[in-house]
Amino acid sequence: MSDLTHLTISQARAKLRGKEITATEITEAYLSAIDRANPALNAYVAVTGDKARDMAKASDARLVKGEGGALEGIPLGIKDLFGTEGVHTQACSHVLDGFKPRYESTVTSNLWADGAVMLGKLNMDEFAMGSSNETSYYGPVINPWRRSRLDTVVMPTTHQGDGGFVSAGGTRTARSLDNAQLVPGGSSGGSATAVSAFLCAGATATDTGGSIRQPAAFTGTVGIKPTYGRCSRWGIVAFASSLDQAGPIARDVRDAAILLKSMASVDPKDTTSVDRPVPDYEAAIGKPIKGMKVGIPREYRVDGMPEEIEALWQKGIAWLKDAGAEIVDISLPHTKYALPAYYIVAPAEASSNLARYDGVRYGLRVPGKDIVDMYEKTRAAGFGREVKRRIMIGTYVLSAGYYDAYYLQAQKVRNLIKRDFETVFAAGVDVILTPATPSAAFGVADEDMAADPVKMYLNDIFTVTVNMAGLPGIAVPAGLDAKGLPLGLQLIGRPFDEETLFQTAAVIEQAAGTFQPEKWW
Amino acid sequence: MSVDLQTVKRVAHLARIAVSEEDAERMTGELNAILGFVEQLNEVDVSGVEPMTSVTPMDMKKRSDVVTDGGKAADIVANAPATEENFFLVPKVVE
Repeated sequence: MSDLTHLTISQARAKLRGKEITATEITEAYLSAIDRANPALNAYVAVTGDKARDMAKASDARLVKGEGGALEGIPLGIKDLFGTEGVHTQACSHVLDGFKPRYESTVTSNLWADGAVMLGKLNMDEFAMGSSNETSYYGPVINPWRRSRLDTVVMPTTHQGDGGFVSAGGTRTARSLDNAQLVPGGSSGGSATAVSAFLCAGATATDTGGSIRQPAAFTGTVGIKPTYGRCSRWGIVAFASSLDQAGPIARDVRDAAILLKSMASVDPKDTTSVDRPVPDYEAAIGKPIKGMKVGIPREYRVDGMPEEIEALWQKGIAWLKDAGAEIVDISLPHTKYALPAYYIVAPAEASSNLARYDGVRYGLRVPGKDIVDMYEKTRAAGFGREVKRRIMIGTYVLSAGYYDAYYLQAQKVRNLIKRDFETVFAAGVDVILTPATPSAAFGVADEDMAADPVKMYLNDIFTVTVNMAGLPGIAVPAGLDAKGLPLGLQLIGRPFDEETLFQTAAVIEQAAGTFQPEKWW
Repeated sequence: MSVDLQTVKRVAHLARIAVSEEDAERMTGELNAILGFVEQLNEVDVSGVEPMTSVTPMDMKKRSDVVTDGGKAADIVANAPATEENFFLVPKVVE
């Protein structure tokens, strides 16, 4: 049954509709895969087996009658940031201990209305603050990808090789996996690992500065952050409200298109959700890109960027050129200021959003001698180090006397960043191609990053501009590095032009292929 | 700009986070690293630039002033650490 977990959503959809398989079978296959893998990968923080089986049964009843929805019987994992009624919802924080909402987020409601099956809640960085999934109260998620190395094996002269590279009496080379554990990126690390390791058919995720695209790039999966306003934020635990957007992580471009179509909607409960119809994103896949203008921003060529990332970028340019696109050099002059501006705007909004965790209405309470003491002790015990750091920065930059120097300046710079993009789009550029991350996945408990928070923040250098400008961005796997780890490219589009992203990403996918980790867990 | 130990303690209190002496010292270094990093924004010429108020151009949605939800007191207090008869219980605030 385990091969059922290797079906893409579009393949499973066809088999479910054709009654070749049942929703119950595919759900059971995923539940047993999770059972076997989760102790090693820690992707799920809660598995909702009974609920999954009930939902699958209901899906099967609808499929038999030919009434299945767009995602009927497709088992999904849900990031712990999404409110799910009666089910563990803690943003992977200790401060939300035991929280089970009495409501369902709009995005997940949309998925269930289309027939999807919930397998459980996925691990993430606490309150989506992190780029390695190591800030989770539930411990780090492990990347299913490992570095591999080439070993020279001495072959005895009398033996015939087992189909390897044998030279009589000589040596052969063999790839072997290194045991070092790597991070899946963050904050949607559980989503990326679960999709990559076949522990769900697709997953929900959220992206405030790169939290969908960076983990997708680190795990060889596809992740799209849609335009701000495309998905309702209602019922999603808030981090930085002017930057947060939900989106899917999936195994290929088509699956990402299928998921986004179901997740996106206009919602009266979120006044920033945009009132325009959701297009059929899947229809964009396979459309030729002949004549499309692809911008290559010179500012994304940063100091110290590994040669392999530059080479990957050049490969991406060549693929799009071969497909008939016109490549143009562009300039986005304020790029280098996006990350520092982000580290004022995002913590400022977070310090305000996270003020609600006070030990009164939900979650953890640590008693104190009076109410202020109770607040302070509850928040000291409930928040992890990274979250406290960001609340402190946010509180400081919003405090009297500093507001103009920091927050106002950052919001002005943000307008300049947005203007950079508007200028190139107005000049006829249809889509922008960049690397997704400045490196491949790094090790768990990396000492450099632990010593300097800014080093960790630099992971988002290519993705954060997109959030600052509210644009859509997709990460698509484009190759493996010399150590066998996946690397991704990013495409950035005009507001609400996700279709061009899917159309172009599909061209890259066709040229690069798809990537699966070698199973060791 | 940089922060000193006293400022860190004041900000922690504003943020309602209890910090030990040791925490405050560690945070001072971390916060200064981040503030040092964001300092580069000062080199950007922002004269004549408005601060961003909305990332996508959109009209503020308005809705009719009618009750669309409510009667959910039990749901609202369901996750609270301490309640009594649909009220949140807190330590005594007023003598």
